[in-house]
Amino acid sequence: MRALLFAAAALSAFAVPLHAETVAITGGKVIIGDGSPPIEGGTVVIRDGTIVAAGQGTVIPADARRVDASGKWVTPGIFAGFSRIGLVEVDAVAGTNDKSGGDSGFSAAIDVSPAIDPFRSSIAVNRSAGVTRAVVAPETGKGIFAGQGAVIDLGADSNPVSKARAFQFVVFGEEGADRSGGSRAGTHLHFRAMLREAQAHSSGNDAFDNDLLKVEDARALQAVIRGETRLLIHVEGANDMLRLIELKRDYPAIKMIFVGASEGWRVAGPLAAAAIPVIASALNDLPATFEFLGATQSNVGRMKDAGVQVAIGMINDRDAHQLRYTTQYAGNLVSLNNVPRATGLSWDEAFAAITSVPANIIGLGDRFGSLKPGRAADVVLWDSDPLDLYAAPTAVFIDGVEQPLGNRQNRLRSRYKTPTEGDLPKAYDR
Amino acid sequence: MKHASRWSLLAASLALVACSNIAAKDGEGPQTASSVKADAKPADKPAAINKDPFPSTYKSYPGGATAIRNVTIFDGEGGRIDNGVVFFENGKISGMGGADTAIPAGMTIIDGAGKYVTPGIIDIHSHLGNYPSPGIEAHSDGNEATSPTTPEVWAEHSVWPQDPGFSRALANGGITSLQILPGSANLMGGRSVTLKNVYARTVQGMKFPGAPYGFKMACGENPKRVYGGRGRAPSTRMGNVALNRQTWAKAQEYRKKRDSGKEYSRDIGMDTLAGVLDGDILVHNHCYRADEMALVIDMAKEFGYKVSTFHHAVESYKIGDLLKENGVCSAVWADWWGFKMEAYDAIPENAGILQNAGACVVIHSDDENQIQRLNQEAAKALSDGRRLGFDISDAAAIQWITYNPAKAMGIDKMTGSLKAGKMADIVLWNGNPLSVYARPDKVWIDGALLFDAADAKRRPVSDFELGQPGEGDVK
Repeated sequence: MRALLFAAAALSAFAVPLHAETVAITGGKVIIGDGSPPIEGGTVVIRDGTIVAAGQGTVIPADARRVDASGKWVTPGIFAGFSRIGLVEVDAVAGTNDKSGGDSGFSAAIDVSPAIDPFRSSIAVNRSAGVTRAVVAPETGKGIFAGQGAVIDLGADSNPVSKARAFQFVVFGEEGADRSGGSRAGTHLHFRAMLREAQAHSSGNDAFDNDLLKVEDARALQAVIRGETRLLIHVEGANDMLRLIELKRDYPAIKMIFVGASEGWRVAGPLAAAAIPVIASALNDLPATFEFLGATQSNVGRMKDAGVQVAIGMINDRDAHQLRYTTQYAGNLVSLNNVPRATGLSWDEAFAAITSVPANIIGLGDRFGSLKPGRAADVVLWDSDPLDLYAAPTAVFIDGVEQPLGNRQNRLRSRYKTPTEGDLPKAYDR
Repeated sequence: MKHASRWSLLAASLALVACSNIAAKDGEGPQTASSVKADAKPADKPAAINKDPFPSTYKSYPGGATAIRNVTIFDGEGGRIDNGVVFFENGKISGMGGADTAIPAGMTIIDGAGKYVTPGIIDIHSHLGNYPSPGIEAHSDGNEATSPTTPEVWAEHSVWPQDPGFSRALANGGITSLQILPGSANLMGGRSVTLKNVYARTVQGMKFPGAPYGFKMACGENPKRVYGGRGRAPSTRMGNVALNRQTWAKAQEYRKKRDSGKEYSRDIGMDTLAGVLDGDILVHNHCYRADEMALVIDMAKEFGYKVSTFHHAVESYKIGDLLKENGVCSAVWADWWGFKMEAYDAIPENAGILQNAGACVVIHSDDENQIQRLNQEAAKALSDGRRLGFDISDAAAIQWITYNPAKAMGIDKMTGSLKAGKMADIVLWNGNPLSVYARPDKVWIDGALLFDAADAKRRPVSDFELGQPGEGDVK
């Protein structure tokens, strides 16, 4: 991530030193991101791209560049729990939309990593809004398995992928039925049959029955069956979740994670008992289809209270462009505490749900998502409460590198701050 | 979820329609040229057209005389009163002022300490009812995508009054009035309808009494994609404008005949277009790009009508001066962008730049989720405008979602601000509505308490949700 800086970034009007420094960020309101309360007047020390220390009474290295964060909030960068960022420039322009590779004839083998372009304008836009890491998943094509997703950083450099093939993505519920012949029964059968084929292949069975899978797909699923690769499952309805919990008994090693889970509160007990983490849509509260009948904004809070590990993600919700909504969504869950009978999250829990919890769920909590020592130094300085609607980052570090905060939208706004032309056409104004 | 699907759904449903023979039956363009008989006999004076054949049957519900005091008030017209008083009776606002304002005797008093009052929030662009939840094919009633010009259709004939979305818009968004528009597949999509956000058994029971009709038009990508994709006009932006102009020319001719006092063949679509030319029906034009808006402004002048509002006007910031000069409002999102090419240049400072240029700003949703947070969308746009150095008050941002949409919809004499005599459409918020942490505490429509966060019974549940999981839940 620190190497191979693009010339474009260096030449940008917003260029700042793109290298990892020793930095001490002092005097801010420090949020560790693990759900612990804020630390007033804390210090965050960064060296070699990682967090050395964060809190009060921290020793500041003599060679550190000091960044005064008085009056500011200092937090881990936002870790977007589910997205398609980097795969799209303009959704409706097919040549710039790499979400789905499902018409290729492959399924589980698809790996989004080479399709992620760190110079998609959405990367810079969301970086300047404080998003520093993201889970990036493919969309399904013709089958239920969409392929392998990645965890990326949003740094202004040429190496976005933090972990390739970090998980496999599969769809159940209505979407799954649509991809498996039209019924949920077909989805379960497809799932079982594909795993059987993958196992047959791994046992060197010459009679590898490849009706459903290509060899590459089979290999990708073997890692899922063994529990080496997590399995993210899009599922919304309560019954579909229960049936998946049952399915899991037949594949005990599979590490299931539910995504969406708008009716999760209805089965929160079984989810907690099965220890299945959830990357939930925060604010779904409409019966968008019949698998969302019980949707409520209290879903996340109720699951949390039942002992489910819950992070916030944005499946199919402007997930290639608007990860900057993540903080607003978390703020809304806090607002529920003031609504009678609703169940929200405390501020500290809400912030954890968009930083450490998604990192933990995806298995990378030891590397990302908090300001604990040893984590990548993804640090954001905000001018005010990052969950309210007025906050903006004043500085963003990714892997200890201070990032440019400019983007294409900033350039347009500067050009048209006064709409009327001046001495020359607007095309000369830059 | 439905966000991503508004137009994948559109594409899918259009593909279905294209395979049927409905499109062929409908013919190319408007029917007027052939159906208006040139040789109509001069006969008896034609019967006057009933301009209101589906009249509103909305009736306000009873509510007691109520005063809220010790509360922060945003009046909707850019005013703010700290520690203020507002009161209403018989469905109308009867007074508003500072702490020393005398409250008439006998009123129920609500202490608003720490709370805020705004006029009811108004969404100028919604598809609740015509793209309701659940968002299934059977409910997809927003686009009559069988001809690029369908001025003959009326959105109210598609509105399903049981859409659960109305309840969320009320309870979470404080929405008291909203305009339901036809979709944007067509250049001329049909009439809109303005509703009170009060559940009724019929759409007539929700219709805002006395609200003028709107007329939906669309620029740009959608019409040319939908029809060009079927090998018919329009397939280009110039085709869009040509077909619009041709249709307006026919409408002028129709209007002349209509007003000649002679017999003429009635054309339902032309009635609407003539109503626009009369100034009775307000044009709401979906238009993303600045250059296209400028063309529409000239086209409107050519044919003698006025555009009330450009919707989804993501590039309005580029022509704030032109929009101000022509008195056209921009209905915008805070920050949507990048989902299609004509949304590529959207910026979060759009509203702020427009406000600073003196142009009219409305924040709209076009979305069953964001209609629940129009106050937050306004706050984001406010914040981004301020960050650019513009001095915009909180009260001005509230005006973007109250008085300005009311004015653009032609209902500002009746609602949209807290002036005495107006409808008592009022939201009491449990905190500053321009903060993420605030939610509606109580909502009154025409003085009737229709949402109360503290009362589980004072929360509407549509027929669809009765007996379903989560019925009556906090949502």
